[in-house]
Order: sequence, then C-alpha cells, then structure tokens
Amino acid sequence: MTALLPRRGLAQVLALIVILAVDRMVSPQFFDLRLQDGRLFGSLIDVLNRGTPVALLTLGMVLVIATRGIDLSVGAVMAISGAIAASLADSYGLPIVLTAALGAGLVCGLWNGFLVAVLGMQPIVATLILMVAGRGIAQLITEGRIVTFSSPDLVWLGNGSVLGLPVPVVIALGMLVLTAAVVRGSALGLLIEATGGNARASELAGVGTRAMILSVYVWCGVCAALAGVIAAADIMGADANNAGLWLELDAILAVVIGGTSLFGGRFSLVLAVLGALIIQTMNTGILLSGYPPEFNLLVKAVVVLAVLLLQSPKLSGLAGIAMRLRRTKA
Amino acid sequence: MENSPDPVSPLLEVRGISKSFGAVRALQEVDFTLRAGEIHALLGENGAGKSTLIKVITGVFPRDAGTVRLGGEEVVPRSAKAALGAGIATVYQEVNLLPNLSVAQNLFLDRQPMRFGIVREGEMRRRAKALLADFGLDIDVAAPLGNYSVAIQHVTAIARAVDLSARVLILDEPTASLDRHEVEILFGIMRQLAQRGIGIVFVSHFLDQVYEISDRITVLRNGRLVGERETASLPRLELIRMMLGRELAETTSTRASATEHKAREICASFEGYGKAGYVAPFNLELRHGEVVGLAGLLGSGRTETARLVFGAERADRGQARVEGAPVRLQSPRDGVRHGFGYCPEERKTDGIIAELSVRENIVLALQAKRGLHRPLSRREQDEIARRYVRMLDIRPPDPERPVGLLSGGNQQKVLLARWLATSPRLLVLDEPTRGIDVGAHAEIIRLIRELCDDGLALLVISSELDEIVTYSDRVVVLRDRAHVEELAGEAIDVGNILAAIAADGAATAHEGRA
Repeated sequence: MTALLPRRGLAQVLALIVILAVDRMVSPQFFDLRLQDGRLFGSLIDVLNRGTPVALLTLGMVLVIATRGIDLSVGAVMAISGAIAASLADSYGLPIVLTAALGAGLVCGLWNGFLVAVLGMQPIVATLILMVAGRGIAQLITEGRIVTFSSPDLVWLGNGSVLGLPVPVVIALGMLVLTAAVVRGSALGLLIEATGGNARASELAGVGTRAMILSVYVWCGVCAALAGVIAAADIMGADANNAGLWLELDAILAVVIGGTSLFGGRFSLVLAVLGALIIQTMNTGILLSGYPPEFNLLVKAVVVLAVLLLQSPKLSGLAGIAMRLRRTKA
Repeated sequence: MENSPDPVSPLLEVRGISKSFGAVRALQEVDFTLRAGEIHALLGENGAGKSTLIKVITGVFPRDAGTVRLGGEEVVPRSAKAALGAGIATVYQEVNLLPNLSVAQNLFLDRQPMRFGIVREGEMRRRAKALLADFGLDIDVAAPLGNYSVAIQHVTAIARAVDLSARVLILDEPTASLDRHEVEILFGIMRQLAQRGIGIVFVSHFLDQVYEISDRITVLRNGRLVGERETASLPRLELIRMMLGRELAETTSTRASATEHKAREICASFEGYGKAGYVAPFNLELRHGEVVGLAGLLGSGRTETARLVFGAERADRGQARVEGAPVRLQSPRDGVRHGFGYCPEERKTDGIIAELSVRENIVLALQAKRGLHRPLSRREQDEIARRYVRMLDIRPPDPERPVGLLSGGNQQKVLLARWLATSPRLLVLDEPTRGIDVGAHAEIIRLIRELCDDGLALLVISSELDEIVTYSDRVVVLRDRAHVEELAGEAIDVGNILAAIAADGAATAHEGRA
C-alpha cells in the first residue's frame, strides 16, 4: 500500500492545510469535536459527512479519467439510484433495496462502457446521453414527485453512526480501501494507466483495453449509485430533479485537483479523494463564514483556475524565465 | 550582394558557434560551410548537435557565441521567420503546413495575391500550379494538402520555401517517411535546386542516401565538429568511424550455419494465410533459432504480413499453427498468449507508453499475459527491469525514468525488453533500427543475432537491405502486397533481393529458390 500516497501529494496536502487554516480563522470552533450519544460532532465531521457523495463519485471518476475518458452521467445515475432506493425502501428490506439501486448503477455503467469501449464513441458525448436521459428516467421512477420514506434501515445508512463516525463516512472509507485494494492489489492499476497513456500501444502489448475501459465505467456507475443511495438516505427522500445535480463537475474537479490529468495515464485514488475533501472544506468554510453561498461558486472557480495554472507547462516555463531574469539582474 | 555566384565561395559560413542548455554544452565552437549549389550532408549520432546547429542557424535558439554569414554578410535571425526573410528556409521531418487548407493556400499563405482586399483564388491557383510544375508535380492545387501523401506535402513545403527566395534550404530528415520512389523524386528536385545555385543542407540517418545525393559531408559528434569531407573520397567505414569515434563491430555475414536450418524445428507456420485487400495469401514457416527477413518497398505488404502473423490484424483465410497445433489469431492478446511478440515500426504511437516508467513499460506485456489476478509484485518488477536494463544496456540505467525521455535507440531496447520478458517463441520486429543512431543500430543487430542463437524465431522487417542480408537465414521478398520470392543460404544478397523487388509480373514465375 505504499503506492497509496505518492510523494507527489505534497501540493494537495498543503492546499488542504491552508484551507483548513482559513476555515479556522473564519470559524474559531472549526476544529472542536464533541462526543454526544456515542457519536462525534463538529465541523470536521461535517466536512467528511457532506463530502461523502462527491468522494464516492471521485473513486469511479478517477479511474475513468485515467483511461482518458470522462463520465458526465454520474449525477444522473445518483438520481436514478436514489429514486429506486426511495421507492422500494418502505416495501422491501435493505438488501433488496441496495441490490436494486446498485444494480441500476451497474447497468448504467455497462451502457456507458458499451458506448465507449465497444462502439468507440467519444466519452464526453457517450456519457452526455445518460446525463440527459438519466434524470428523465429518475423522474419517471418518482413520477415527478419527491418520494419520501421512513425505513429505519435506509435512514440509518444516511444518518447513523459506527464507532462514533457517521455511516456515510465509514462507507466512503471502506470503498476507498476496497477500490485501492482491487486496483493496486491486482494488475488493474498498471493496465489502466497503460491504457490511458497509450491505448494503441497497450492493445499491441496484449492488454485487453476494451475490458479495461468497460470495467472502469461499470465501477463508476456503481460508485455513483452508492452515492445516490446515501444522498437519498440523508434527506429521507428522493428528489429526481436535484439529487446529484452538477456533482459530476465536482467529481471531475476533485480528480483534477488530485493531480490526474484529463489526458489519462497516471492516477492516484487517495489524492483524488483528497481533492474531494478540499472542495468540501472550502464549501463548509464559506458557509461558516457567513458569506452568501453564491460566493462558493466564485471561490471554487478561483481554486480551479489556480490548480490548472499550477499544472500548465507553459506557466512553469514562464516561471523559469522569470527566475532566470531575476538571477541575471542580481 | 556584390558577391558573384562563384560556386566555390561560401554561401553560408558558420564560425565558432557555441550553445549551452544549462550545464549541457550542446555545441562547442562548431564551424560549418555551405557553398552555393552544393548538397551538404550534416551527419552525427542522435545527440551530436545537428538539430541544435540548425536551430541556432535559423534563429530558433539564440546562440551563445559565434557568427553566421550569409553571402558574406553577417546575419543574426531572431526567429525562424526572420531567418526565412534572410533567405534560410528549413523543412522539417514533420511538415509544418496546414493540412486542412488547399495546396495553393499553403503555398501562398501570408502572401496571397489580392485585389481590392479580396484573395484572387484563380490567380493563386494558377501560380501554385506553375510553381509545382517546376518540381515535376501536376496535382489539383485546390484540394486540401492533407489529402496528399507525405512526399507531396514535403515537395509543397520545399516549393513554398524556395519560392520565398530561399538561398539556403535545410532539409531535416526529409526522407524518413518516404518510400524509395518518393525519395527519388525528392532527390531529383534537390539536384535541380542545387543547379539553380541554392545551397542545400541534408540531414539524414540513411547513409545510402547520403552517398547518393551529397557532395560534401560534415560530421558532428558530442556537440563538436569532427570534420568536413568530400563525399566521393570518404569511405563508408571511415565515415562511420567519424560519427562514432570508435570501431564499429564488423558487419560481415554470419550465416555459417545456413545449411542446418532444414533440420530445425518449426516454431510457427502459416498456410495460405492472408486477408482480402490487405495481403495476398502466403505460406510462411518460422523455425526456432532462425531469422527470416521481410524485404520489399514501403507499402509492399511487409508491415501487413507482420501484423497478420502477430494477430494485430485478423486473417480471413488460411491456417496458422504454433508448434504444429492449429491456432486462431484474432487479436494481439491471442498472439501474446501463443508466445509471440511484436515491436511495431511506429515506436511512439504504437510502442512506448511515454508517461510510464521504463520498468512499467518493460513489464507491461508480461503482466498482460499473466492476467489481472496474478500481479507482478513490485520486487519482481524491479528485478525484471534491472535485469533487462543491464542486459540491453539501456541508458540512462534508471528503471523509474519515464520512457518518453529516453532516446529512440533506448526506447527500442525497452520495447525489446518488454517482449523478451515474456519469454517469447517468436518475435516480430518491424524496422527495429529505424531512426536510431549508428551505435545503437549495431547493438540492435548484435542482439538480433544473440536472440536467434538462444532458439528464438525472428521475423524482421527492414528497409536497409544490407542489414537484412547481414542477419537473415532466409529472406522473403514482397511486392504489391504479395510474397513473391524466398531466398535462402548463398542466394541471399542485395542484388538478388533487388532483382526480386524489381522483377515485373511476368518474371515472378521463375523459381529463384537456392
């Protein structure tokens, strides 16, 4: 597991520390934790809890992006699985509800993977189809209403706690460990990076690139479905119009902040999840600061710009020239 | 411009050029002299400083020291455009034109004939046609440049450069992607331009072509000038010595064991194997410990044969056998499973994964063969990478370096290592020495022989007939996407191969099997 957090994670860790420090300034109680009814409370726990859906999306998205793809449909898949879970929750037990909801995510992933890997469609176009259609499917399932439920099992999934931590956080951690174990414990990581780095060459080296691409979209669909179930469990209902809305963009942003290039190849699961936490820490900080939430979007945009500028080879070239100029002047 | 076009007075005089990149001294006090009307080859191994010298002359890189005189006057171009204005034009291997614009638009880009602010398309086309006619080209100049072959794109780039009143024309590896016939056309144009008094600098890896076309040769090594010679009085061995600074391993043939081959076991065989519109059905037997060369012009079906044999392309007829048992080769995975390996010609697009490390590139095929659930541990990977880095002398010997940062020759070795790590029974090498400097070239050929001694079957494609003759036990000659001749033993020589390539359809019937 040494590959979990490579040395290149320094920038992301520093960014998180800076944002945490800023949060501490706007809200002096930011680091306070208290134990109540066997459960931890505090802003840090809020960050983890609120960040769970995007963190789950990120686990799938980072693998898709590593193969030089992208999945725009994850927000819509969340809406579908949330709608399914909410509709079934009061009639069936949790195992059936989960199987149905996650199964829907798997089917969505297969669909995306089929379009990209087998039909050779461009990922952005292929997943755009489900991004648009998926929300419609979710609305058909809920018949245009907000479906609420009271099944204690499902509610526990969104609001319960295990060992003092909120259940969603534990699930996200478990998924991170599971994904990392599967990807880095098998040869999948290397073969995904090879496929994203150069699909033609990988194919000629005997890598089953189609299977590789198909499997990452399937995993992305399953992760999105799980995120959808948790989001629904959290609010004890499914809102097909708003569940997971625009979260695909947060997930993509988290992957990019985590240092995985949109051109595919090298990826890091841990850094991508760290990217999701950075985003959520910003969101929470802005809410606590008392500024209107509209600022959230602007601040996010500035952070994206900063990250992309830092990654741009042109800029590092300019920085190099500037340093040389300063040296010659000195 | 008072200088009369005296053929012996230097047109371009480069004196004492030095250029460093950080601590790396790319050029040290290099002199270079180009006369009007001559074709001057600029040679050296990869990293010798050829490209840097060209870029300094054309103002792409600022120089640290030295002077450049054009027709006796000092020029200090600040950019490639300024150099062009001064009369120094460069055409690179990858043509810098716009494939989506028409040929005529490319020729007159930036200087279209105008009337009342409107481009005079008809006039432009007429002039483009006349210009290309000078180069023996009669094509539809209104069609997009991208529709034409690389050769025509090259000629267009040259025509544009010359029409911009170039006095010095620098051609950087212009023939790398051209076939023999296209090279002939290009050479004809170069000779014609030289007669007009233009000085041509010709950079190439192909020594045959250098001897065919150039008047003089300047050799660089490690950023320094080694010497300038008349081509006619420079023996090839001496030239290679100048480029390498050491004796090249003897390149005489080692087909001592040519007679034993019939006795060797068949590794893989292909009967009536082929694909409609791709390669005509062929019979091919590959034996353990034997090198079979595939010779023919570009487009004759060599690469196509290689891809069918490996499984990168599906055959629609015929039967393949491995160690006597019938097999189906539907995909590269099938080929890999049966113990085949394939080093493709296009290393960058089809071979290496530039971003990944040398180690990851080496273990890739072995890992793909073992499957997902049997990952190579990091220790096993390190050990495999270290072994092949040492065995093939991959430089720098750092398994964690991204492979894209290595030179072409070392990238080729990494690809060889990738397949050797799978313990293959058959390796297919498509142009294993293309674009590789002379030193690495000799090493790759030595490796091919060693592999073959270890019992591997090899199928090797090369455009360099000398090379094929050196290491092949049998040579299959292709023409027009069909296997037309098989030479073995004493019958293998350049003359016989050329005769088979050149023979017309009527002559194919004669059996030349020795």
